[in-house]
Amino acid sequence: MLIQIKNLTKTYSDGVVETRVLKGLALNIDRGEFVAIMGRSGAGKSTFLYQMSLLDHPTSGEVIINGKNTETMNQKERAHFRLNTLGYVFQDYALLPELTAIENVGLPLLMQGHTRLHADKVAKDALERVGLGHRLNNLPSQLSGGEQQRVSISRAIAHNPEIIFADEPTANLDSESSKRVIDIFKDIHKNGQTIIMVTHEEEYGRMTERTIRLADGVIIEDKKN
Amino acid sequence: MNLTSFKVAFFLAYRQVKRSNIWTTILIVFVMMLTFLNLVVISGILVGLIQGSEEAFRTRYAGDVIISKLIEKPFIERTTDITNALDTMPEVKEYTTRYLQGGSVEANYKNSIRKDNEIKVAAGGQFAGINPEKEDRLFGLSGYVIEGQYLSNDDYDVIMLGANLLYKYTPIDSPSFRPLRDVEPGSKVRVTLGTTTREMIVKGIIKTKSGELDQRVYINAGQLRQMIGRDDFNVNEIAVVVNKDVQPEVVRDKLLAEGFGEHAKIQKWSEAIPQFLDQIKTTFALLGNLIGSIGIIVASITIFIVIFVNIVTRRKFIGILKGIGITPETIEISYVFQSIFYAVVGSAFGMGIVFFILKPFIAAHPIDFPFSDGILVATLGGTLIRALVLLIATILAGYIPARIIVRKNTLDAILGR
Repeated sequence: MLIQIKNLTKTYSDGVVETRVLKGLALNIDRGEFVAIMGRSGAGKSTFLYQMSLLDHPTSGEVIINGKNTETMNQKERAHFRLNTLGYVFQDYALLPELTAIENVGLPLLMQGHTRLHADKVAKDALERVGLGHRLNNLPSQLSGGEQQRVSISRAIAHNPEIIFADEPTANLDSESSKRVIDIFKDIHKNGQTIIMVTHEEEYGRMTERTIRLADGVIIEDKKN
Repeated sequence: MNLTSFKVAFFLAYRQVKRSNIWTTILIVFVMMLTFLNLVVISGILVGLIQGSEEAFRTRYAGDVIISKLIEKPFIERTTDITNALDTMPEVKEYTTRYLQGGSVEANYKNSIRKDNEIKVAAGGQFAGINPEKEDRLFGLSGYVIEGQYLSNDDYDVIMLGANLLYKYTPIDSPSFRPLRDVEPGSKVRVTLGTTTREMIVKGIIKTKSGELDQRVYINAGQLRQMIGRDDFNVNEIAVVVNKDVQPEVVRDKLLAEGFGEHAKIQKWSEAIPQFLDQIKTTFALLGNLIGSIGIIVASITIFIVIFVNIVTRRKFIGILKGIGITPETIEISYVFQSIFYAVVGSAFGMGIVFFILKPFIAAHPIDFPFSDGILVATLGGTLIRALVLLIATILAGYIPARIIVRKNTLDAILGR
């Protein structure tokens, strides 16, 4: 078992009103699974992803990855864990505007201690894998939305993480680009990569192996596709 | 924190500076440069004001070694022996001797029935009997004549006045100091030296901005000797200029070793500088540093604001960096590197301006202060220390806002909450 979620809750408070977004979620995800987390807007699916992916701290409960309780990690250990174990694809691509495509993809590798030469080689391979071998030295502002999202995917996979978290990766893309992104995920998954993707689009959810459906902060469905 | 953090921080900082808005970069560098100039130039001018005065003292009056009479003696005894010794010293380039004698100059004396409130006499004026050509050769005095002409060796019954003796240049009216009014080149004045009074013509007015010179009345040495009935060659002052690369103390020590110290006060020029000048110099240096310190604080706040605004607008990207596993320390260091870049480039431009533009320009065109030709004092060592101070202040001003923002919640940063 790669991920264990135990009684996960998340409550936001503005000092007056408390909003319980996640209400005691529990589930397990095995290595190599391609999971879609679905639900209507406000169901808590992105919040769930953020807790699982160590971008946020749950109010209570445990996120155990590879047998390690991530809530016991300090800030530095979490950063190290995110760097070496996790990859992220964000809805708005989240590329660094002053870095070219190859630099964006190679950055986590540099942080892992690889040489620039090695980082560039791996980043180039990753970009070629998503069909962007001709856009290596373009800045994000010089790329279309679909291309930027493919750079983001390349960055997520280049350092060979154990889990890729994708938050609405197709939300800002046209249907053709969306299809291409999903095809890339499927291709990556074929090689044994664990992918956890938040989406509200049924069509793309069906393309995964497993769908977890949330409503009002609880899991209402967990099924194999 | 490890080497990788530094490498990645440098990578990020370099890319951010390289690909940031060029006008923003220019503006920040410009602010740093102005701050640096504020640090160096203000104190440099303040110190230079006094140093200009000291330079004038050396290059227009004292030379490298100044020999003067002992306080209890009327003149330098064994002057001839001293000058003979100077003649044999290879270190000495040239020297000039001066006779000094108290006297007075009276203007408009022909039509005067003095009223109590009409001041015509320069009381206590000191006459300097000089060899005009030699003085000019050594100290270029003719270049400081502001009205009329410089004395020549053939002049007789002719004087040259220091500007401080004229009301026109020193508009002071006090019982202890009464400058001459209505005197210009060509004016006839009555000169009293000892018991002799003669009518003389003012040939020129000299203004060197060296207090010792500008308060004197100049006359050919021969006529002064004649008027005061001097039949020996003992003078009151000998100004010695040494050859290039010779330290003044070499000549001073040689003269002292020969025992002339018993007959005259022998000093290198810096020892003869009036003490108040040194005190003013120290005070001005302190004042300059104080103003510079305020400049440093202003620069620190400026850089703090610039980096803070930069970081706040890039908060989302900082969140992304943290999200993909870049450590907070690495991000903080990247901003420190950016601060270093701004400080180093700003200081480098500032140094360029100081050493290649301001310093040579002010040296060629000194700032015209009433009592000094102000120069810009900026030594390489002192300037580098100021650059270092600015760098440290900038690093702190860059690091603190970076730390504040980087320590915020990662997800909030990414989502812009």
